[in-house]
Amino acid sequence: MDGKAVIKVNNLHKSFDGKEVLAGITEEIDEGEVVVVIGPSGSGKSTFLRCLNLLETPDDGEVIIDGEQINLPKVDVNLVRQKMGMVFQHFNLFPHLTVMQNITLAPVKLGKMTPEQANEKAMELLNIVGLSEKADAYPGSLSGGQKQRIAIARSLAMEPEIMLFDEPTSALDPEMVGEVLDVMKNLAKSGMTMVVVTHEMGFAKEVGTRLLFIDEGKVLESGEPREVFDNPKQERTKVFLSKVLI
Amino acid sequence: MTEWWADVVDTFARCFLKDDRYLLLLKGIGITIKVSLLAALLGIIIGFLIAICNLSNKKFLNIIGKVYTDVIRGTPSVTQLMIIYFVIFATVNWEKWIIAAIAFGINSGAYVSEIIRAGILSIDKGQTEAGRSLGLNAKQTMMEIVVPQAVKNIFPAMCNEFITLIKETAIVGYVGLMDIQKAGDFIKSATYEAFMPLIGTAIIYFVLIKILTLALAKYEDHLRKSDKR
Repeated sequence: MDGKAVIKVNNLHKSFDGKEVLAGITEEIDEGEVVVVIGPSGSGKSTFLRCLNLLETPDDGEVIIDGEQINLPKVDVNLVRQKMGMVFQHFNLFPHLTVMQNITLAPVKLGKMTPEQANEKAMELLNIVGLSEKADAYPGSLSGGQKQRIAIARSLAMEPEIMLFDEPTSALDPEMVGEVLDVMKNLAKSGMTMVVVTHEMGFAKEVGTRLLFIDEGKVLESGEPREVFDNPKQERTKVFLSKVLI
Repeated sequence: MTEWWADVVDTFARCFLKDDRYLLLLKGIGITIKVSLLAALLGIIIGFLIAICNLSNKKFLNIIGKVYTDVIRGTPSVTQLMIIYFVIFATVNWEKWIIAAIAFGINSGAYVSEIIRAGILSIDKGQTEAGRSLGLNAKQTMMEIVVPQAVKNIFPAMCNEFITLIKETAIVGYVGLMDIQKAGDFIKSATYEAFMPLIGTAIIYFVLIKILTLALAKYEDHLRKSDKR
């Protein structure tokens, strides 16, 4: 592969209560790639994503970020996570804080920015996601789409090198999916390295530089999204795509 | 009718005015408030620590927390008060009310810890994950994200606990403190009147707790301002 691999996983294994969810995943993701992960529910795609920033601890295998293995006891996982943003299906905004406080909390607490710098950065990001008028609102007053755009801004405030998206549009009403995908598209255009677990095949086709099809804890197929959609090589990929591409 | 009224006035005067007996009740109110406030403060501190023990993934901390809550909840508070006063602090020359407050704080801590534990568990796991994914450590996530939200959820239960605590302090007479209850009891013995001193005692407790409840309700409104949509 060309470019520099910012994420590398070797032979990743993870089981929950004896049920194997990741059955040995080996993958490299280069800087600037937008990797879209698809697969049936329960296939392990979210677990794979959550292993990348150690929200789940792999049972076996290596997670290497920027050339450094991070799933070792001596590694300060908090420092690693500062350069990897994560966006969740259910937004997980902090309901007791205003939009502004949601965005500035981590950069200020972690000493990355002064409160003034963080406020400035937050306004800049709110402009980018088109919600600058919501700075002083509480999350409870926002729509799902607005919440998710704020959640993206919150992650970006830490100026991460990598952004992980765990089904970012799955909990949204259909008419709000577009506004979130637009923000993600712009982020992809800006050169951000992204790993996106999603069911949005349109997004995968349009923005993804690579598609991973995961089933039963393994990467069954990997390639240029259009190529995979038009010419799936594996029988299971074909079956899955025939179900979702209607 | 006038005769009856004169009788009431006379009893009232004998119970509360003669020999400045109202002063006993006023001082009693002071003792009750002092003991309750210090005990509540200690209860919250101890409760928080024990809750952390119970929620920790370290086995020995779990055991400490479990034994603490078991022992405290399994024995009467009068017994605990007397053990702490006459046994543990027997040779310590502190003011009585402080020792009593420590006893009630230790007692309240066990109940508070369960309230706090439930409050922390009531916060969605996603909140912790969001905090951790931003790079905040476990303690920062707990203090900045989980605890402020838990406080709102546990507030009503904590008010209950504080009210219970105030009423529970009515047993401090057992270690010779003259609180509201003991003052009322003293007046009853001195006057051979039961009705007025005891009803008076009840009214004082009721008014104290009513004022507290109103103040706490006001504060809860303030806490809930982020819920308004």
